[in-house]
Amino acid sequence: MAHINAKNLIVDFPIYGPASRSLKNAVLHSATGGSLAKDAANRVVVRALNDLSFEIREGDRIGLLGHNGSGKSTLLRVLAGGYEPVSGTLDMEGSVASMLSITLGMESEATGYENIVMICTLMGLGSGEIARLMPEIAEFTELGEYLSMPLRTYSSGMHMRIPFAVATAVKADIVLMDEWLSVGDESFSKKAQARLGEMLDSAKILVLASHSRALLEKNCNRIFHLEHGSLIQVDTL
Amino acid sequence: MSTQATSPLFKALNDIASGFRLHKIWTMLGWQDVKQRYRRSVIGPWWLTISTAVMVAGMGPLYGRLFGQPTAGYVSFVAASLITWQLISSIITDSCQVFIAAEGHIKQTRLPLSIYVYRVIWRNLIIFGHNLTIMIPVFILTPSAIDISMLLALAGLLLLLVNSVWMGLMFGILCARFRDIPQIITSFLQIAFFLTPVFWKPEMLGKHQWVAQINPLFHLVEIIRNPLLGKSAPLLSWTVVIGITAVGSIVSLRLFSRYRPRVAYWL
Repeated sequence: MAHINAKNLIVDFPIYGPASRSLKNAVLHSATGGSLAKDAANRVVVRALNDLSFEIREGDRIGLLGHNGSGKSTLLRVLAGGYEPVSGTLDMEGSVASMLSITLGMESEATGYENIVMICTLMGLGSGEIARLMPEIAEFTELGEYLSMPLRTYSSGMHMRIPFAVATAVKADIVLMDEWLSVGDESFSKKAQARLGEMLDSAKILVLASHSRALLEKNCNRIFHLEHGSLIQVDTL
Repeated sequence: MSTQATSPLFKALNDIASGFRLHKIWTMLGWQDVKQRYRRSVIGPWWLTISTAVMVAGMGPLYGRLFGQPTAGYVSFVAASLITWQLISSIITDSCQVFIAAEGHIKQTRLPLSIYVYRVIWRNLIIFGHNLTIMIPVFILTPSAIDISMLLALAGLLLLLVNSVWMGLMFGILCARFRDIPQIITSFLQIAFFLTPVFWKPEMLGKHQWVAQINPLFHLVEIIRNPLLGKSAPLLSWTVVIGITAVGSIVSLRLFSRYRPRVAYWL
């Protein structure tokens, strides 16, 4: 069973350098951002996630809501495996698809085809699987001959079609997303939304961060309210 | 996929092993680095080979005369020395950037940290492979140098690669945390090029040969350069390098198991 169980998760970002003292006062009085604390060695740290505990079960669609700096993206990165929590336990089961930075590993001098192979390899796919997925990905992008050209010749809209097509090509148990993905012009966008919807429907768990309450209410069954790195309220819809 | 009570040492070892198994990723990233540097250039990475060759052609006869060495022998000595030194010194310099340069990947994915070390080693091996072609004209000019003991160069290379892994992990961690260290290492290596017997021989020091012998970089150069020239490296060099490998691996592994989870926070 896919699940995410977190218990007392804490994430502190250490602040190094001579400016850390004065920075402390600056951050302390701001409305946004995590809260400041001192760690054992008396260094100033920003507490990005403060004692978070939650259980996410199969079928859950979680929305993360909060100000800038409330810890939404940090939590997503912890779930994606980038940051290991400073303390607390995180127990995750199921394959994870991180849509946090789908352009990671792209190279503007390489061709579209090369970029598809590169992103797929980074996702851990073998060459056989990449070859199997390639025709479908290539067709979806509608880029045709352009796929043999270097990425730098693409318009920004065309550019985004490649990582989007790859990210949505592989199904996963747990999908992490920071703001809803949308790409392309009007007609392509429709097609893209259908494809993304299909992928999300097949996922067992979705964790979606957004500033838009309406978007979260439409797509999620539970909404986590984050403030200064703490989980202050959970709404069940 | 849980962060439960497994020991930090086990996690560190697991990172090193599972990273190695993801060779598809690090060979791709390593190639990508080389290709990216030379995209749209006609001869690409061969530029490095050319510049090394020019250096050999320039320095060989000049320093051969300065040091009173027979030109042919000295040119092949400098050729083998320079390509070996370039491999070692660029692995060390690049080690400082392994994690800093991979910031985007490290913060967003759960890939083992060791893959960025393997990537840097792979990239340098590719460049070394290009540089190695300089030895071809050298062998043609001095055919007597070809010998079965050249196979020992492979053993030397392998030993260097093992050392590169711990250096990459250790310098990668230290440099991610303390950003002044890369500058220190870079300037240190510039001096080390002159202080290490790369284009001169320890015998030239007369009774002060110990200056070369206490330099670990000398022994690291020796176990690859000498076999390349068809000579065997002194037993002392092998012993020293094996010793460095053991000590370095232990220290580096301790550092890595302690600070592996912190690296993402320092970037």
